[in-house]
Amino acid sequence: MMNEFTDAGHAAWRLVVSLDPTLAEIVYRSLMVSVIAVGLSALVGFAVGALLAVARFPGRKFVVVLMNAGMGMPPVVIGLVVYLLLSRSGPFGGLGLLFTPTAMIIAQSLLVFPIICSLSRQVIEDLLEEYAEQFRSFDLGVGQVLRTLLWEGRFRLLTALLAGFGRAIAEVGAVLIVGGNIAHVTRVMTTAIALETARGDLALALGLGLILITTAFAVNAAAYLIRDYAERHAA
Amino acid sequence: MTMSRFIRPLLVLLLAINFLSSAHAEAEFITLASTTSTQASGFFDYFLPLAQAKTGVEVRVIAVGTGQALKIGEKGDCDALLIHDRPGEMKFVNAGFGVDRRELMYNDFVFVGPKADPAGIKDNHDAAAVLHAIGAIKANFVSRADDSGTHRAEMRLWDAAHVDARAASGSWYKELGAGMGATLNTAAALDAYTLADRATWLTFKNRGDLELLAEGDPRLFNQYSAILVNPRRHPHVKFEAAKKFVDFLTSAEGQQLIGAYKVADTVLFVPNYDRSKP
Repeated sequence: MMNEFTDAGHAAWRLVVSLDPTLAEIVYRSLMVSVIAVGLSALVGFAVGALLAVARFPGRKFVVVLMNAGMGMPPVVIGLVVYLLLSRSGPFGGLGLLFTPTAMIIAQSLLVFPIICSLSRQVIEDLLEEYAEQFRSFDLGVGQVLRTLLWEGRFRLLTALLAGFGRAIAEVGAVLIVGGNIAHVTRVMTTAIALETARGDLALALGLGLILITTAFAVNAAAYLIRDYAERHAA
Repeated sequence: MTMSRFIRPLLVLLLAINFLSSAHAEAEFITLASTTSTQASGFFDYFLPLAQAKTGVEVRVIAVGTGQALKIGEKGDCDALLIHDRPGEMKFVNAGFGVDRRELMYNDFVFVGPKADPAGIKDNHDAAAVLHAIGAIKANFVSRADDSGTHRAEMRLWDAAHVDARAASGSWYKELGAGMGATLNTAAALDAYTLADRATWLTFKNRGDLELLAEGDPRLFNQYSAILVNPRRHPHVKFEAAKKFVDFLTSAEGQQLIGAYKVADTVLFVPNYDRSKP
């Protein structure tokens, strides 16, 4: 058993030091798909999250609970839904998007949206309590309040982004179904790991896993440093 | 605030991203739904670049079980299929989903199991007797149970052996709903018997205590065929490009290339296209 772990370390190391072009391509595609998916989700998710924190309307609690539950949505289910929508026999079949990186971006966006929405709602709600006094004295409109809160909460919202990114980069169920794991087209880190596991090459599969974890760590470290730098210069 | 105000820019953005991400792939491509065995064995890694050099057609493979591949074809989400389940293929063609079915190549299924071989199936050339022996002592058997070509063949063999394995599902008979590789991983971990296609078995690395125990029954014959998705059913399919690829598979050169692919000195897929067959 220990053998497999050392073999995995060697496999990962060999791939990295040889600058394996296939590996580089897969890592790049993984990052592209997940970063774009998180970006799209954030565009809508921050706005909806902030709105849920600030606005009061009938059914708000239901939407809040729905979003919270959505954080645990199984990727396979999202994958199936997107598959059926994008299939040539489905409502958006004419776009021809199934088995493309775009399909993977759509699936991951849907997967990540509830996470970003819920976490940003929490962040904004907390901020709202802190700033409630000021808002009352300035008599601002909802739009201005939202903008102010989102700006003031930008560093805390980074955590929501990273949580979403973690979910997106690590999931395999959705991208496997809507992407099809096509070599050089829709193969990403997680689907490559699944493929090597199916080939029984456990060391290589685990080696790829190590690289995936390292990549995720690098992204988080970069985010941390940027936040640290920005916070100090904002002060 | 209308939803379309949100959705329209998002759609435009997505299509722009799609355009950018596909801009570098200028070559004409087709989508081929195929089996896990052809991919896991490395056959496509070997064959597709050669075919592209010759035909100019890039082939994008979705490797799934035969049952799922047929579903993808029915929905029109691929241009051609390369699969291995004759009854399923005939149904697909007869229902008008596919045209121009051509038998390409074959290999065979093999029984693998633990070295200790508690059911004593070693070198038994009667597939039904093998399964009967396994059922008789209730030895662990893992089944793909994923409606793949291999799974369908396995079910036909249990019928031939007059053993109702599914009645024992959850005890000695374990239905995984997984691909060939995952099934072999499980068999290795449980010291269980299973039915595998020879190509995946030969290229499989995590064998543990498993070895090839029984083979050679004519009922273990495993025919692979190509089918084109019917353009009358699905007008968007790239029929001409897909046909170009299948024409190459059945050409003298393509057949010779198929037969030249070896792993561990064994030919994985034996070419057997017969021009005279309809």
